[in-house]
Amino acid sequence: MIAPDIFGRLTWNALFPSELVTQVAVVSLGLVVLAVLALVTRMHRWGWLWREWLTTLDPKRIGVMYIIVAILMLVRGGVDVLLMRAQQATSVGTSQGVVSTSTFQQLFSAHGTIMIFFVAMGLMFGLINLIVPLQIGARDVAFPFLNATSFWLFFTGMLIINASLGIGEFSAAGWLAYPPLSELQYSPGVGVDYWIWSLEIAGVGSLLSGINFFVTILRMRCPGMSLMKMPMFSWSVLCSMFMVMFAFPVLTVTLTLLFLDRSIGTHFFTAGGGGNMMMYVNLIWAWGHPEVYILVLPAFGIFSEVVATFSRKPLFGYASMVMALLAITLLSFTVWLHHFFTMGAGADVNAFFGIMTMIIAIPTGVKVFNWLATMYRGRIRFSAPMHFFMGFIGLFTIGGVAGVMLAVPAIDYQLHNSLFLVAHFHTMIVSGVLFGDFAGVIYWMPKIFGFRLHERSLRWSFWCWFVGFVLAFGPLYILGFMGMTRRTSHYAVATGWQPLLIVAGLGVLLIATGVAIMLVQLAWSVWKRAENADSTGDPWDGRTLEWSTSSPAPAYNFAVTPVVQSRDAFWASKQAARRGALAPARVYTDIHLPRNTGVGPVIGALSFILGFAVIWHIYWAAAVALVVLILVVVIRTTGTDDSERTIAAAEVALAEAGGEVSRRVA
Amino acid sequence: MRGRRRLAFRAIVIAVAAAAVVAAAVGYLRTVDVPVLEPKGTVGLQELHLILFAAGLSLLVVVPVYALAITFAVRYREGNARARYEPGLEANTRVEVVWWGIPTLLIVVLSVVTWTSSQALDPYRPLSSSARPLTVQVVALDWKWLFIYPDQHIAAVNQLVVPTGTPVKLLITADAPMNAFWIPQLGSQIYAMPGMQAQLNLDATTPGAYTGLSANLSGIGFSSMSFETRCTSQAGFQSWIATVRASPSRLDESTYAALAVPAVNPRVSYYIDDATGLFDSILAKEQMMAAPASAADPPPLPGAVAARADP
Repeated sequence: MIAPDIFGRLTWNALFPSELVTQVAVVSLGLVVLAVLALVTRMHRWGWLWREWLTTLDPKRIGVMYIIVAILMLVRGGVDVLLMRAQQATSVGTSQGVVSTSTFQQLFSAHGTIMIFFVAMGLMFGLINLIVPLQIGARDVAFPFLNATSFWLFFTGMLIINASLGIGEFSAAGWLAYPPLSELQYSPGVGVDYWIWSLEIAGVGSLLSGINFFVTILRMRCPGMSLMKMPMFSWSVLCSMFMVMFAFPVLTVTLTLLFLDRSIGTHFFTAGGGGNMMMYVNLIWAWGHPEVYILVLPAFGIFSEVVATFSRKPLFGYASMVMALLAITLLSFTVWLHHFFTMGAGADVNAFFGIMTMIIAIPTGVKVFNWLATMYRGRIRFSAPMHFFMGFIGLFTIGGVAGVMLAVPAIDYQLHNSLFLVAHFHTMIVSGVLFGDFAGVIYWMPKIFGFRLHERSLRWSFWCWFVGFVLAFGPLYILGFMGMTRRTSHYAVATGWQPLLIVAGLGVLLIATGVAIMLVQLAWSVWKRAENADSTGDPWDGRTLEWSTSSPAPAYNFAVTPVVQSRDAFWASKQAARRGALAPARVYTDIHLPRNTGVGPVIGALSFILGFAVIWHIYWAAAVALVVLILVVVIRTTGTDDSERTIAAAEVALAEAGGEVSRRVA
Repeated sequence: MRGRRRLAFRAIVIAVAAAAVVAAAVGYLRTVDVPVLEPKGTVGLQELHLILFAAGLSLLVVVPVYALAITFAVRYREGNARARYEPGLEANTRVEVVWWGIPTLLIVVLSVVTWTSSQALDPYRPLSSSARPLTVQVVALDWKWLFIYPDQHIAAVNQLVVPTGTPVKLLITADAPMNAFWIPQLGSQIYAMPGMQAQLNLDATTPGAYTGLSANLSGIGFSSMSFETRCTSQAGFQSWIATVRASPSRLDESTYAALAVPAVNPRVSYYIDDATGLFDSILAKEQMMAAPASAADPPPLPGAVAARADP
């Protein structure tokens, strides 16, 4: 006889969401997944998918998978936004809006979590995977298998958060789940557990990636590339990964403590019993503030590459830029308290953290001026990435001003938790992080796939994003002054908020149009890839090493390991060639690359079972998954060393002469 | 030349559109309340001055950035063959010193302002006034606000009445998830946390009714946690006290237990408070809750641990 609790808290009822919106979401998500599965089956692509993609250890392919997940999640998080905006625009006076309060609270909790962890982080790690090894003249990352594992943990976190849509519920405690609201007493359901385990698993993936790329950049640069000759994107990634290594363990521990509170009755953050919610708030922001810079520094790096390339000039003030990066990196760990000036800390403490926060504005301002100086006396091509850069300058400056204002504790007392704050951080993250990552994807796309995207529609998309952003967030700044707090699901007519919220909703529709144009354009560009093909490998007249190899970049990145003498090494070599200097003779040698492995997806699947089982208190399944997981990792990491494949020198020579190297697992 | 004309045309279109949007926004805002920009108390007023000062100071960076960005973008665009192209220009110590230096100076100025304003507007700092301060104990409940007037021996739910020109010392806690107490017209919000006592000193200079609310997510009824703040003359305050004293309800343990049951409750209700020390016992309860009761346990703390000591 089966014990009734063999499935823990999971009951048949949990599978049927009660609200129409959720039902529609689940059904449409299910249909999309089914359609994709059917398509793959019909086209007999399962073998190809498994061999070429799911089991790959090639960072470029892993990067592509990160970006695909991020784009899907951008759509998911975007649908959340549409519903939130619809709710706030209509839930006034006697009208209760389009969704229930419970759903609304799950929507904003999911929106924040998904956009940060699965869109911003996904785009960032995707681009890092795509470009960092190429940019530093390396054939691979330091730990290729670990890299695949990171991706699959990220993917699993994404699956868990989306599973909450159809099975049970998601957290309604906000994207950072402050206790005691997120404690068992006030949130007894599975929602907060979904939140914890999605981030716990994805967060471990991020930490492993952080270590991996930090080591990759420090140890695997090509001969001649001293740190001060390294391209600025790689520099920014180095700084970002340093922060990942120090910040993400804090997140993992904090989530674990919250989980222990909820599962075995500890009292780390509870109300009463010796718990202290202020400790949680400190810890989560000790991760959360560096996280902002973890996301934005690589985007700054992308802008540095884009501005230099499209201005046809070297980046202005390279040494200044590096100093600014290092300053931001260190300062980012000294400002977390500014997220809760209103918690009652002493005036001296608040003032200290306020001033530390403002100091960050100095290196950030220097970076902006250096980018502008890079444009000075350049020959600027306003291609789509440059559009996003100009949009970034326009919006980020305003967001920065709002940030400096909020850094004054006495101003924050009046604007904290208001929509002014919401508008501020969206300005920083959308114009800083998203615009940067979009510019990066557009800029580096030809390198990865060998064709350019459709320029004109990208510009249209940019204008939709830019104007839409102003319309969507301008009203929010004003609503903050009008006393509207974030996460409000219902308000009175007399507040006068409704017209502004309707404008904000229209702005979001415009942004959604921008996203739609992007997606259609992407499909169109893939369809018409032959027309936009780039045979040169260097479609933008680039400056850094990634443009020196063919497009799409071969699995081994460089047939012959490059040797550099200066910054902007590829630009310098093109100049030298123009002056008639002879390129060094190319001597091919055997290339060793890691063999593909299915262990990554297996680790992902096991972590999914582990996370899902813990969420629903199916402890036997969690225990089994954990034991198997440990066994798999131990066997993989101690097993016989057949993990490499060799591409013979002759084969490389053939490929470089125009053939295609088999990506087959030899 | 054609490119130039098109550029100018676009600039005009953008400028006109931007002006229209700003005009519409300003026109609309004149018809509604904008509490943070129209403060009714000394704290809110000082905070507004700070907001304007910081925004003004920021213009010293925003204007040059916008000017340089637009000028360089137009002047050094690919189509403008007359502009100078210097492909080797990559550093200039003098200008870099300028743009490390000027923001640093601005931040030094703002830091001084930050330090002094953090002291002056510290929520715990009693307001200087010749009038005797009024003490109100505030409890954030699921999902309503309880205001206890310990010296007047009265209490009210969802309504805070204070005399103008009198400093109000608010002692704030929660018997619920964390909330934030905020009356935008009067200034300064502060978190209301269970088991902890925060303090907020405010005053009102202009009579009127202002909406107070919770600024921190506290569960399903969070959006309904608004309360009316009535700022009135001393006489009006006294007559309100008399009204509350006429209430048949007493704020005893059973009344409080009923109030504390989670429910959306936008109604105003009045109680007589017999100085039972309810506020202190709420604080103490939250601190001791869930701790195993045993003879060896020390007795509950008298009063409560404040989030921090008074300055």
